[in-house]
Amino acid sequence: MAINWFKYSSPATFYPLAGRLAVWFGIASVLLLVVGLYMSFFVAPTDYKQGEGYRIIYIHVPAAWMSMFIYFVMACWAAAGIIWRTRLSSMMALALAPTGAMFTFIALWTGSLWGKPMWGTWWVWDARIVSELILLFLFIGFMALNSAIDDARRAARASGVLAIVGIINLPIIYYSVQWWNTLHQGATIKFSTQGVQSEMSEIMLYSMLVMTFACWFYTIAVVMTRVRRIILEREGNSTWVKEMLQEER
Amino acid sequence: MAEWFAMNGHGLYIWGSFGMAAIFMIAEPILVRNSHRTLRARMSRMIRMNAGSE
Repeated sequence: MAINWFKYSSPATFYPLAGRLAVWFGIASVLLLVVGLYMSFFVAPTDYKQGEGYRIIYIHVPAAWMSMFIYFVMACWAAAGIIWRTRLSSMMALALAPTGAMFTFIALWTGSLWGKPMWGTWWVWDARIVSELILLFLFIGFMALNSAIDDARRAARASGVLAIVGIINLPIIYYSVQWWNTLHQGATIKFSTQGVQSEMSEIMLYSMLVMTFACWFYTIAVVMTRVRRIILEREGNSTWVKEMLQEER
Repeated sequence: MAEWFAMNGHGLYIWGSFGMAAIFMIAEPILVRNSHRTLRARMSRMIRMNAGSE
């Protein structure tokens, strides 16, 4: 059976779907978090070089990956909103931004707490860290620009351009540890044409992947709920919202 | 138990990291959920009021 995806590009049909998705992804995310945390603290062995301190990796790397991934998805939705002028696309971009900013902050915070025992410093103006900090400013700038312009369509266009231009920062973050030889260590897991190469033991890798999927599902659950609020805010005067709210009385 | 929490001297850094992440990842869903519910309840109330005045 072919699914008519365009049906879901309308806020009226997407609103109830988003509610169901939020519930299912929320449950999946809690389950994965429990498994992931158990693996991170009780199954994964102590690192021979960094001792217990390395366990910060199980939140640091998933948060850093999510920050970049969310930015990419957000910029794609923003671009779709500009190109096809679909209302829902811009709402999706806006709903993703706060969670993206949150993961960027967590990546920086946990990196700082990891840097202190391992490098002897909370902060260093290293290429990887600075480009990640710029990512945080891009998220904040995107949200600020959106709320600074009253007209929703103009706000979506202006902030959408910012989001698209900001994509340039993603390869800079990713390759920063190769391009500049600074303090931040190189990638533990490399994605290339030869496939995925990992310098971690398998159990450490699996723990990290479970935590990453947990964060991913968490993001979907939160963003779906947030986009529902944005839909209500923007479509408050439309007939379908009124009918829906009247029916539930 | 206390020894496990000490994480061989890295407790502050590990719990500082996971703790901050936990605060955010517990607070965010609650706040987002509440703000959606509050808005929805307010809009329902408005519709009821309008229906009553007609």
